[in-house]
Amino acid sequence: MKQQMHLSEMKEGQSGRIVRVGGDIRLRRRLIEMGLTRDAVFHVEKYAPLRDPLELVVKGTHVSLRVQEAVEIIVESLNGGTPGGTG
Amino acid sequence: MKTGTDRLRIALTGNPNSGKTTIFNQLTGTRQKVGNWPGVTVEKKEGEIRRFDRDLLIIDLPGTYSLTPFSIEEIVARNFILDEHPDVVIDIIDASNLERSLYLANQLRELDCKVMFALNMADMAESRGFKINGRILSELLGVPVVFTVGNKGEGIDAMLQTAIAYAESDQCIPETRRVRYSLDIETAIADLRKTIDARIDSGFPYSSYWTAVKLLENDRIIRERIGEKMAPGDSEAVLKQADELHAWLADRFNEAPEIVMTDERYGFIAGIMKEVVTLSTRKRVDISRNIDLVLTDRFLGFPIFVFFIWAMFQITFRLGAYPMEWIDAGISHLTAMLDVVLPPGILENFLLNGVVAGVGSVIVFLPNILLLFFCISLFEDTGYMARAAFLMDRIMHMIGLHGKSFIPMLMGFGCNVPAIMAARTLESRKDRILTILITPFMSCSARLPVYIVLAGSFFAARAGSVIFFLYLTGIVAAILTGRLFRSLLLRGEDAPFVMELPPYRVPMLKSLVIHMWDRSKMFLKKMGGVILIGSVVIWVLSAFPRNIEYSRDYAASMAQVRAEYAERMASAAPGEATRLSRERQTAVDRLQREKHEEQAEKSFLGRIGKGIAPVFAPLGIDWRGSVALLSGFVAKEIVVSTMAVLYAAGDETESDVLKNALRQSGMTALSALSMMVFVLLYIPCLATISAITRETGEFRWTMLAIVYTTAVAWLASFVVYQGGRMLGLA
Repeated sequence: MKQQMHLSEMKEGQSGRIVRVGGDIRLRRRLIEMGLTRDAVFHVEKYAPLRDPLELVVKGTHVSLRVQEAVEIIVESLNGGTPGGTG
Repeated sequence: MKTGTDRLRIALTGNPNSGKTTIFNQLTGTRQKVGNWPGVTVEKKEGEIRRFDRDLLIIDLPGTYSLTPFSIEEIVARNFILDEHPDVVIDIIDASNLERSLYLANQLRELDCKVMFALNMADMAESRGFKINGRILSELLGVPVVFTVGNKGEGIDAMLQTAIAYAESDQCIPETRRVRYSLDIETAIADLRKTIDARIDSGFPYSSYWTAVKLLENDRIIRERIGEKMAPGDSEAVLKQADELHAWLADRFNEAPEIVMTDERYGFIAGIMKEVVTLSTRKRVDISRNIDLVLTDRFLGFPIFVFFIWAMFQITFRLGAYPMEWIDAGISHLTAMLDVVLPPGILENFLLNGVVAGVGSVIVFLPNILLLFFCISLFEDTGYMARAAFLMDRIMHMIGLHGKSFIPMLMGFGCNVPAIMAARTLESRKDRILTILITPFMSCSARLPVYIVLAGSFFAARAGSVIFFLYLTGIVAAILTGRLFRSLLLRGEDAPFVMELPPYRVPMLKSLVIHMWDRSKMFLKKMGGVILIGSVVIWVLSAFPRNIEYSRDYAASMAQVRAEYAERMASAAPGEATRLSRERQTAVDRLQREKHEEQAEKSFLGRIGKGIAPVFAPLGIDWRGSVALLSGFVAKEIVVSTMAVLYAAGDETESDVLKNALRQSGMTALSALSMMVFVLLYIPCLATISAITRETGEFRWTMLAIVYTTAVAWLASFVVYQGGRMLGLA
């Protein structure tokens, strides 16, 4: 089984798969509606210059969320640190 | 069935950034009506057009990602479709974002309305290696599908024709094409549906299938509707069963059913995507991503952001200064003309000093407002606004605000009115109200003349530093207020910062102009009315009562002075004449000013000023200052002109006359500072007040703003004045 971690632990340029979105039900639902469904593959596009919020690419859409929200999202890293296009 | 002569109502829905507004603008052009949805501050746009022999009413519903009733926009959009039954709903879908867009599309299909899809910007999607088969999509989902390119106006006519034909047909979405949930959920839906069917009469407005789905999703609004529309016993039974099924499903999935259902809708969408989309492996050149690499770069991001904001200010205030001058000149011209045409008296006074001066004081801001909104629209339409929020969120979050709050607060330095209107871009109501409440602490440009006069009179070379200190004080007050209100009044979870960063786009001039004009029109209409009334009230207070008992006979004194000089000039040497005539003018002017001052002192406004003077005494502000501050309620610029009148300087605000008069009036540097702090912080002007009422939708927020800002202003000035005195500065 692949290593699970919090989304907030992922680095710029890494890709992963969503395992579980946690937190307040409204927030969870909003995140899922924006495409962060179970098993969705995403790419960490970048962190803002002040390291918060961060930007993901999921289902072809660029979505930004705060680190405090990313802490609640459990993900599975897909590349053991291989840098993606950016970073 | 509709006949050809009826007006068809066509609603446009879609995700934000799907190009919906562009299509709406293409359809309606200048025939748009902008208002608010009843009871909320969400903009409502509609336009009536005649095409293909039909009268069409196009309604632009708010852009949303979903119809889950969390945000006001979503509730507005859903309620409109549910309760107003538009003839057709056109869902505008950004073709390169098909998967996410299909989420809203499926919720629309579940609503049992006539929905059709317009796949917008498919050309862009194709250039990114993303080809959509519209025919299969239409077959799979049982809805008409058309292709459009909004910014080029392509496919719009075909879209309308399809919409009209669809509206006039009996076609509806077959049940077989619905999202299929997992077995347990389908069973629960069927059970609940049976109960609902048995207990509703024909008067219940929604389909039993949809109602069952929503109840299992714990939909707050549908639960309320059930309570309203069903007999008490029936609604209790339905809600009880819904709760039981909800709990049962939650137990089976070890997860809230609404989450499971959201996931399953995406599962259904994934299946559709496989069938309709062909991905070519062509090299993806993503210009938008490359632009973003620069604009939100770790090192370049902030400098570029600062530059854009600086440019916005330059355009708004530097460039805006020219048309402002023209308007100012125009108003002076009009005043001069009226002065000649009208007979002197109360009517002339009313028209010139009440109406023209009052309305003029608003109109001069029009160029600023137009340009400011042009820049804002540019930021929004290119997609940069979302990046600004992305950059600033960390900082704004520390004050308990959202990244997007930055723009309204910044605009507050220009004028609080458009700034408060700009808070509309915030999605969460709490963020919006908080932003609106702290924006007045941003020192607007109308307060600057007051600082210039006071700081210039009393701080000379250090005036610049003093003014800078004032701006800083305003920012600090805003930050502290933000934290205070967030923890006391607008408590609760921060709105999540889940936001789409849309691709950068080249904006369309037509959209920019329409956007700019809409906002400005609103400003002119509403603010013009309020300012007019306010100016008239202040004028009445300052011009009445007419029959003041003057302490001396000014007319006689003036006649005496004239006679004196006439005598002296007659006997003087020829070279002396000019000097004497100048002296005479000065003497007459002085008398005129004294009369003016006495009139002001004895007017209603003056009496009020004297009445409230004790309140301002601890701040080192005399009765004249009190009156000036009172009049500043209409517009802050008026503080200067009122001071000019009261401190007996005539209307010469520019020259050193006022400065000298102020210095001679017993005002000290410390009391001037205290007054400036008060002007900075106290009650926003009338136009701002009315903007607050309009944008918050509730008068209590306005009352809070008035009371709070004035209390803060008084306390701050008290601390400055009394503290300064204790330090021996006075």
